[in-house]
Amino acid sequence: MTMECVNPEGLRLDARQLCMHISCMLNLAQIQNSSHQTLETRMTPILMKGHERPLTFLRYNRDGDLLFSCAKDHTPTLWLAHNGERLGTYRGHNGAVSCCDVSRDSSRLITGSADQTAKLWDVKSGKQLFTFNFGSSARSVDFSVGDHLAVITTDHFMGVSSAIHVKRIAEDPQDQVGDSVLVLQSPDGKKKINRAVWGPLNQTIVSGGEDTVIRIWDTETGKLLKQSDVEVGHKEAITSLCKAADDSHFLTGSHDKTAKLWDMRSLTLIKSYTTVVPVNAVAMSPLLNHVVLGGGQDASAVTTTDHRAGKFEAKFYDTILEEEIGGVKGHFGPINALAFNPDGKSFSSGGEDGYVRLHHFDSNYFNIKI
Amino acid sequence: MAAVVDIDALSAQLGVNWSEVNLDSIQLPPGNNFGIESDDEAVYHDDQSEFDTGFGNIIVVDHLPVVPKEKFEKLEGVLKKIYNQLGVIKENGLWMPVDPDTKMTLGYCFIEFNTPQETELDCLTMVVYILRVCFNVWGSLQEAQNAKEKSHGYKLDKTHIFAVNMFDDFDRLMNVREEWEPPQARPYVPGENLQKWLTDEKARDQLVIRSGPDTEVYWNDARQKKPEPVHKRPYWTESYVQWSPLGTYLVTLHKQGAAVWGGADTFTRLMRYQHSMVKLVDFSPGERYLVTYHSQEPSNPRDASKVEIKVFDVRTGRMMRDFKGSADEFSIGGPGGVAGASWPVFRWAGGKDDKYFAKLSKNTISVYETETFSLIDKKSMKVDNVVDICWSPTDSILSLFVPEQGGGNQPAKVALVQIPSKVELRQKNLFSVSDCKMYWQSSGEYLAVKVDRYTKTKKSTYSGFELFRIKERDIPIEVLELDNKNDKIIAFAWEPKGHRFAVIHGDQPRPDVSFYSMKTAQNTGRVSKLATLKAKQANALFWSPTGKYIILAGLKGFNGQLEFFNVDELETMATAEHFMATDIEWDPTGRYVATAVTSVHEMENGFTIWSFNGNLVYRILKDHFFQLAWRPRPPSFLTAEKEEEIAKNLKKYSKKYEAEDQDVSLLLSEQDREKRRALKEEWEKWVMQWKSLHEEEKLERQDLRDGEVSDVEEDEYEAKEVEFEDLIDVTEEIVQESM
Repeated sequence: MTMECVNPEGLRLDARQLCMHISCMLNLAQIQNSSHQTLETRMTPILMKGHERPLTFLRYNRDGDLLFSCAKDHTPTLWLAHNGERLGTYRGHNGAVSCCDVSRDSSRLITGSADQTAKLWDVKSGKQLFTFNFGSSARSVDFSVGDHLAVITTDHFMGVSSAIHVKRIAEDPQDQVGDSVLVLQSPDGKKKINRAVWGPLNQTIVSGGEDTVIRIWDTETGKLLKQSDVEVGHKEAITSLCKAADDSHFLTGSHDKTAKLWDMRSLTLIKSYTTVVPVNAVAMSPLLNHVVLGGGQDASAVTTTDHRAGKFEAKFYDTILEEEIGGVKGHFGPINALAFNPDGKSFSSGGEDGYVRLHHFDSNYFNIKI
Repeated sequence: MAAVVDIDALSAQLGVNWSEVNLDSIQLPPGNNFGIESDDEAVYHDDQSEFDTGFGNIIVVDHLPVVPKEKFEKLEGVLKKIYNQLGVIKENGLWMPVDPDTKMTLGYCFIEFNTPQETELDCLTMVVYILRVCFNVWGSLQEAQNAKEKSHGYKLDKTHIFAVNMFDDFDRLMNVREEWEPPQARPYVPGENLQKWLTDEKARDQLVIRSGPDTEVYWNDARQKKPEPVHKRPYWTESYVQWSPLGTYLVTLHKQGAAVWGGADTFTRLMRYQHSMVKLVDFSPGERYLVTYHSQEPSNPRDASKVEIKVFDVRTGRMMRDFKGSADEFSIGGPGGVAGASWPVFRWAGGKDDKYFAKLSKNTISVYETETFSLIDKKSMKVDNVVDICWSPTDSILSLFVPEQGGGNQPAKVALVQIPSKVELRQKNLFSVSDCKMYWQSSGEYLAVKVDRYTKTKKSTYSGFELFRIKERDIPIEVLELDNKNDKIIAFAWEPKGHRFAVIHGDQPRPDVSFYSMKTAQNTGRVSKLATLKAKQANALFWSPTGKYIILAGLKGFNGQLEFFNVDELETMATAEHFMATDIEWDPTGRYVATAVTSVHEMENGFTIWSFNGNLVYRILKDHFFQLAWRPRPPSFLTAEKEEEIAKNLKKYSKKYEAEDQDVSLLLSEQDREKRRALKEEWEKWVMQWKSLHEEEKLERQDLRDGEVSDVEEDEYEAKEVEFEDLIDVTEEIVQESM
C-alpha cells in the first residue's frame, strides 16, 4: 500500500532526529552460531527511540510496511517498517498501552490500555473512532478474521474478575456500539489473562495468562472446549502468545523459561524450547523454521552491572530441532515485545529500555545451517 | 499449673536449667530406649522385646564365705564397705539370705544400688520422668554395672573370690545349655566391591553435584558430550556431601550424624556414624578414620561455643575417641578473643597409614597417634604463640610458624619438626615479618613459605619466598624475591608432583603470572624463573593434577576468564570464558576440568566441562546449583618406570582408543541424523495437515472476509527484485574491544 500517513496531532520534529539510524555507532548486533562455528552475521540494527517508557507490544501490518509499537507511555506509535522513520502517534490513552492490532486492510487500529479502555483508531489520520470502556485495564486485543469482531481481555480489579470480551466491530464507526457479544470468565478471576487470540475461522478463542493454563473457548456457546495438560503445560505465568499466519499453530512464552508450540485446533503440544531466562515475548518466522524468544531477568532483579548477566538477548531457535541457533544482543533491559515482518526478512524487538530495534537480516542469516 | 511449678521447682533444685537442655543431645543408654520408639529401622530391628524388669540396679555377689549368725553382721559390714566405694547402696538394699535350718548364710547376697535423689522423685509428670531416666535410673544402672565390673574377681581372701553378676543376667545364664554346640558357620557373603567404579570400561570419572534438593552422581561421558546418570536422590544429605580422599566413600550429613555410601552398582549405605547435629566432617588421608565436628552456639554470647569432635573408624563405625570442650581449646584464639575453630581442627599427617593427627590450640600443638588415640609421649608440645601448622603431604613432618613477638625483639620463626620424635629438623628465623603462609608441594619434596615483611616505614608490606628442599641433606633454604619485590602476591600454587610453581603477582586488575622451577637442566640446585606472562586477567591458579597444564582463572571480579596454559611449552592453548564462574575443579586424571557457577549468584547456575586443552565439551544448567565434586581416584599402582614406558609407546595404545572414539562419534552422528530425520518427518506431517485444513476452510474464510478471495500474497502482486549497489563511503576503524 502507499503510505501517506500524517498524524495531525503528531510531533512536528524532523523524523531523522527521532529515528537514530546508528549504523555509524558501531553498535553491531550479531547472530552467533551457538556451536561456535564461525558463522556470524553482522546486522546493523535501526534503533528507534520514540517511547519514554518500556515497550509492551509490537505489531506489523499485513503488508509489512508499517510497524505499530505500544509502550507504557500513553501513545502507541507508528513507524515505517523499512527504515524506522516515525510516522506519527496515536494520542488519547491515559495509561500504559499493553497491546494493539491492526486490521487486514491497515485502516483500523485497536489498542488496549491500563486506562480501562480499548480504543479504535483510524490508522491514516490518527483519529479516535471509538472507545470501549471497561471496569479494569484492557490487557490484549485481537481482530478476528474479517475484522468484524475483536477479542479484548481485561484484568481483575476491585472485585471485577478478569475476563475475555468479544466486541462487534462495525463497518462504519458511526454504527459502533460498546456492547459485548460474549463475555468469558476465567476460572481463576484473580489471575491476569495476558493474551487471547482468535482460532481458525473465528470458531474458537485461545487464551493464556498468569494461571499457566492455555484454554480454548467456543465462540458460539462460550464454553470451555479444551485446556492444556498440567503435566506438559507451562509451569509459570504465560506472558505471550503468537499465532502462525494460517492460524494452524501458536507459540506461547512463559516465565518458566520455556516457550511451547501448540496445535491450535487440538491443543497438542508439538515443541518446547528451553532457555535460561524468563520469556516475555515470542515470535515465529513466517519464512524459515525459526522461532525467536525474548526476555530477561525481571527488571527489578537486575542487580549486576554487567549487561551480559541479564541475558537480554533475542534467542533464535530451530523450530523443528528445538535447538538454539544464535542470539541477537543489544537491548539494555529485558525484551518485552518481538515481531517478525510478514516477509520474514526483518524483525523488531522492543525492550524495557524504551527502544525498538529493527533488524534487517543479511544474506548470512538465510544460509544458517545447523 | 501445679505440675509446671513442680517441675520448675524441681529442676531448680536439681540445678537443671531448661534453656540449656538440648533435647536432641540427650542420648539414651545403648540397648535401652525407654519406650521411645526409634524411627530408625536398624535400631528397630535389633529391638528384640527387651523390657525393663526393674531389677537392673541389682547385682548378685557369689562366692561369699558361708558364715554363722554371729558373723553375719561382720560380713555385712565388710560388704557394705566394699560396695559403698563403688556406688550408693539403697537403704536396706543389701540382702544376704540365710538358711532357715542352719542359720548359716548361703554364700551369696543381693545388693541394690541407688542414688539418694531417687526416692524423692516418684510420682511426677512425664517430663520429670525423662529427667529421672536420664539422670538417676541411668545413674544407678551405671553404678550397678560399674560395681559388677569392678568387684568381679575381688579377692576377699584366698578361697573367696567374688563372682558378681547382674541380677537381670541370671535368667539368661540359667538357660545356657549344658552341652556345647559348635556355632554354625555362616556362609560367606562377599562384601560390596567398593572399587567397582574404577573398572569402568570407558575409563570415565564420576562427579557428584547438588542442586535444589537433589544430589546426583554422574559419569562424565565426554565422548557422548553429556553426563550419564549413576544415582540420584532427593534430600540425600542435609548440608553437603564429600568424597573420601581415595574416592571409596561418599559421606552425607544428617541431623543424627554422618553416613558413608558406596558400593558396586549403585550407592548403598555402608555405615553410619552417630553424632547429632554434625556440621563438618573430614577424612584421614588414607580414609581409615572419619572426624566429625559439631559446635553449639552458647546461650550467652560471651561464652565460647561448645565443640564436640568425634573420630570414627570408617569401616567398623566404632568411635575411636571423642573430644569435647569449649571452642577455645580447639583454636588459637584470634586477637579479639573471637575465633571459631578453623576446620579441619585435626590435621592429618601425610601418607596413607593415617598414623598421626595434630591439633593446634593456644601455645600448644597436640599430636595424637592412632594406635592408642592418645597424645604422643602423653603430652602436647608447648610452642609459645604458634599460629599455624602444616603437615608434609607425604611424611610425618610438621611445619610450624611462630610470629614475631615483643615488638620485634624476638624474631618470627618457621620450623620443621619430625614426628613422633619431636626433633626439630630445621628452623629459620625471620625478621620484621607480618605474616607467613606455608605451601607444601604435593610429594613433600619442597616447602614454600610466603613471607610478608614490613617495609622500613612499617606502613606497607612486601612479599618473598623461603624455599625448603626437604629431601636434600640438611634441608637447604633458598630465598626468592620477585623481580619487582613490591608486587603483591595474589596466588601461589605448586605443580602437583612436580618441581615448578606458579605465582600471580602485581596489581589488579591486570596482574602478572610467573612460573619458577626448583630444578632446571642448567640449574639443579637453585630456583630459576621460567617465564612471566604480563597483564593476565587472573586471580586463581589451578594446576592439572598431573602437572604440566594450568588454568589461569579470573574468578569473581574477572567474570570467569579462563586461560588454559601449557607450562612445558610455555604457550597458551586456549582462552575461554565461563561467565561468572565461581569454582574450578580438575578431574582426578587431569583429562577434563569442570567450571561451575554455584548459587552465590542467582543466575546461570550450572557447570561446564572442558577438555584439558580448553575445548568446551558440554554445558549443563541447573538452578540452585550448590556443589560439584569429582570422585577422587586412589593412586596408580603403576611404577614410575612402567608409566614412562606407556608414555613412550603411547601411539601403540592410543590406536585402540582413537578407533573407539571414532566409532562413537560415527554412531552419534548417525543417531543424530536419524533423530533429525524423524523430527523433520513429524513436522512435515503437521504442516501437511495444517495445509489441508487451511485449504478446506478456504471458502468459509472467504465468507468471513466479505468475499475477499485469497489468503496468498503472491497472487495479488507481481514481485520484482531489483538489486543495485551503491558504494557511498568506506571507512576503517580499529575497535578496541572494551573489557
